[in-house]
Formats: sequence, structure tokens, C-alpha cells
Amino acid sequence: MKSTADLRAFQRLMTRAVIRPLTAEGRLQPRWTDDRPMADVAAGFIKPNDRLTAFERLEIYNRMYWFRLLDCAADDSPGLRHLLGEDRFAQLARAYLTKYPSRSFTLRNLCSRLPQFIREEPKWTAPRTALAWDIARFEWAQTVAFDGEGRPLPEPAEIAAIPPARLRLGLQPYLSLLALDYPVDAYVTAVKRRDALRGEASNAREGAARKVRRSRRVPPPRRGRIHLVVHRHSGRLFYKRVDPAAYRLLEAIGAGLPLARAIAAAAPRAGAARNQEWFATWMKLGWFFNAAPPRRSPK
Amino acid sequence: MPANRFNGHTDHGIGIGLRVPHYAHILAKKPVVDWFEIISENFMVDGGRPLEVLDRILEQYQVVQHGVSMYFGSADAPAREHLKRLKALVRRTRTPWLSDHLCWGSVDGTYTHDLLPMPYTFAAARRTAEKIRQVRDYLEVPICVENVSSYAEFHVSEMTEWEFLTEVVERADCGILLDVNNIYVSSKNHGFDPYAYLNGVPADRVGQIHVAGHTKFEKYILDTHDHPVLDPVWRLYAHATRLCGVTATLLEWDNHIPSFEEVHEEALKANAYIAGARRQRKKP
Repeated sequence: MKSTADLRAFQRLMTRAVIRPLTAEGRLQPRWTDDRPMADVAAGFIKPNDRLTAFERLEIYNRMYWFRLLDCAADDSPGLRHLLGEDRFAQLARAYLTKYPSRSFTLRNLCSRLPQFIREEPKWTAPRTALAWDIARFEWAQTVAFDGEGRPLPEPAEIAAIPPARLRLGLQPYLSLLALDYPVDAYVTAVKRRDALRGEASNAREGAARKVRRSRRVPPPRRGRIHLVVHRHSGRLFYKRVDPAAYRLLEAIGAGLPLARAIAAAAPRAGAARNQEWFATWMKLGWFFNAAPPRRSPK
Repeated sequence: MPANRFNGHTDHGIGIGLRVPHYAHILAKKPVVDWFEIISENFMVDGGRPLEVLDRILEQYQVVQHGVSMYFGSADAPAREHLKRLKALVRRTRTPWLSDHLCWGSVDGTYTHDLLPMPYTFAAARRTAEKIRQVRDYLEVPICVENVSSYAEFHVSEMTEWEFLTEVVERADCGILLDVNNIYVSSKNHGFDPYAYLNGVPADRVGQIHVAGHTKFEKYILDTHDHPVLDPVWRLYAHATRLCGVTATLLEWDNHIPSFEEVHEEALKANAYIAGARRQRKKP
């Protein structure tokens, strides 16, 4: 190894080996991508010692990679995991991470492309792909709401001073608008409650634990359109269902329309009183920031 | 506690890693702790509860940043977005020094999220030192690099791990975060003398020491951070303290995390070894 280019070539080879999918038994694959024995490939760059072959030493890293990432994906996806069951979820996660290995320095972003993957490869979630897609979007929205950017709230007086035809508000970056075909908010909440109960039961008397283990799975929700805002307030996550017209209005505001145009386009028949009620609630929840460009100070 | 230019001339004592299960206890009880080490990546976010908690911790405690994904040893240039976020966090915490690992873990923008061992070559040392200097110049804070535990060695290596560590830190003119548990784990996995390692590193560059627990398997030892520190690691710690002087020390406990009191009590065991090292240093 004489140069950075050599170092890069070395790191490319080892990365390919480390992120290569495990066998069904959770082991390093016995053959390399060109069908050479993996033992030969490993021995080409890794030294054996008196207890482990090069293959076995490489396998430690291969297994640690997959265990770490699958654990992380499972932690971020309690609802999806419950819907599919542990085995099918693991198959989905392996396929997803094989197609989309992490491109971020932080594991926080590991599942950011999972909703997209579910649409691209429905076989991993069939016949419940539509529900799985809704759950995956909802669970990613929670990650965004947890630590996404929050911009300074506008002062009510500041907003009142701007005519609605010119008033541009932005939606907080941590806030997600989701139009869903299934009421997954109630479903995921029920799953988390059940998981928490199981956790408590493990510290309780044995009989209680057994009873909870036997408890039924949370039934998948029936199809039913909902419009959901996933947000945070005082550092805690919340999900709020909103009226379809209110949802369209939030979308229009988020798209950058001035308030008067957003109302005309999205909720023309809602009525002034209803619009005011919505806005009062949304302002209290801190969903907006002032998106108008700062006014130039006079010379 | 001796201060040096690699730890911002600070005299930190014995700290513990700030972990989520302890947040409520720390914020409610405000226990006396010399300092907390945070995992930088957990707070390199745009907002929300992580930063709210951090700001409350910063009101009460000294915080030092420890990273897990800068990958000084990766051939890739440092990612701009990563550096920008890290610098914002450095400004927020006013960390007196910053540490990350002497390892690699990404290539061509794909991340393994692991601390992969370096090939111990001069070319790799040159590239790694160059990146450490780039990062330090951008962040404007002293940097200490931590030796990792490893489970593989490479044919291309041209020197021992401690020679490589020395080559890198002297080329980069940076400090060392000496992880004595990692030295112990690697010594068992690769069959070298951990005391030769300790004696081989430039003691005057050590800005911080890590201790932690590990797990023994049939054919190797894994750096799991899920146990109290084992006696052979404490003995290495005592030797390191004799060589380096009493140095800012941090206990890592990342899995199966017990109560705050238990973790803190385990960390404070370092005091007994520090006292022993002081007595030995006083002997003619």
C-alpha cells in the first residue's frame, strides 16, 4: 500500500465484504461475488491467528454490521415490525439495506428511504403493501418530528400586521403532513402500548408475564382515509388528525402560497369562523414560522 | 489532573458517558459529576428534545464531545455536511477538546457504522494525519484520536498498532484518547503484550483515557461496553496513569446500562488506581 488510492481500493474491498448479505443461517457467504471461495478472498487481505481463520475474522465484522443495522431498523419501526412479524420484517430490512446501504454518518437516517423501497419492491410486504407504506411513512415522520429543525415562531402581532394577500407562513420543518389510507396512528399507538406492557410484565411476577405473552396481536386497521399532522410540542411527539379541507390548507401554506390564496385554493367553503378556529389552534401548537423575506431597512 | 495542549489545558477528573436512560435522573437530581462525555452524533441534529436536554446539561456540567463517525482513516475527504454540523455542536458545547477514533468505516459515501481497523501502513498514516489536521483546522479545537478494539489484522500492515498510532499523532501533532480496554481486547485477539503497547505510545500526548467492560467469547474478546471494568483493564489503567500522569478519565457503558449511581460508582473506582499510581510515582 503506497498511496491513498491503494487505501481506497483496500477499503472498497473490505466494505463490500462487510456489507454483503449474510446467509440464511446468519453467516458470512461462502462464495464471493465472482464465485471464488470467500475463504480465499478473506485470506488475501486478512491474517489468520492461532484461533481464527481469516474467514472467521471477517465474519465477525460482517455479522456485527448486519446485527447493528437490523437492530436499528427494528427499533425505528415498531409498527411495521408488528404488522409483518419479526421474520418478514427482518427480510424486508435486509432487502432494503442491501439496495440502500447507509449514506449518512448517522443511524438516525437509516430508515429514511424505507417508504420509497416499500413502493418499489412490494413483494416484501404483500399483500399489505399499502398499509405497510402508510406505517413506514408515519414512523419516519416521527423521527423527523423528534429532532427536526424548529424555526422561531411568528409573533401574533407581526402576523396581524400583514394583509392575508401578502402573508406567507412556512410549516415547521419538523412537521409532516400525511394523507393515509389507514388509521395507522391508532394502530402504532396500540402496538407501542402493548410492547410497553410486555416490557413491564418482564419485571413483574411470572404469571402476569405469561398472560401478556399470550395476549393477541394488535389487529391490522381497516382501510379508512385520514389526514394526519405529525408534530412535536414541548419536546413531545404528537399526531393530530385534521379535516381534509384543513389538510389541503396546510399543504397550500407549506407550498408557499400567501394565506389568502391558500384559503381560496384549499378551503374556499370552510368559512371564516372555521378558518380562524383552525389558525388559532395551529398557532398555539407552533406549527408556523414567518416565511416572508425580511423587509429591507430604509437607507 | 495534568493539563496539556491536547485536552485544552483542562484538569477534568473522572467522567461518565451521558446516556438516555440517565437523563431523567441527572436533570432531576443534579448529581455531582466531574464531567460528561457526549456522543457527538446524537446531538448533531437540527432541534427537538436532544438539543433541549443538552442545553440543560450544559447549564450544570462540563461536557466533552466524542465522535463515532468522523472516520479519520477513511480515504474519503471529510464530508462537508458532517463538518458543518460538528462545528455547530462544538460552538454549542464549547468542548475543550474533541475525540474520535483512529479507524475507518466509510468509503465512497457508504457508511458501515462500524469502527474498522486500519491497515498499519505509512501511506494510511499520512492520509489519516492529513485528515486530522484538516478537521482540527476547520473545527478550531484540539483533537485526540482513540485506539479502537479490533478483530482482524491485515497482510499489508508495515508496523504494530502502537507504532501506527504514534506515526499518526506525531504527523498530525494531535493528542491521544487512550482506551485501555481496547488495548486489552486487541492484545488478547492478536496476541501482543498490552504493556508493550502502553510503553510504546508517546505518553505526553495522552489527553484522555477510556475504561470500559468487555465480553469474552470462546475464540475472541468483544468490546461490548456492557459490564463493569475487569481487573486486568484496571491494572493497565494504573500503568497508563503512571506513564501519563493522572489524566481525564471516562467510563463507557453503552449496553445493558444500569442505574446512574452504579455507573458512576464504577467510574469512581479509578480513584483508587490514581492514588496507587501517585504513591508509586513518589517513590525514588
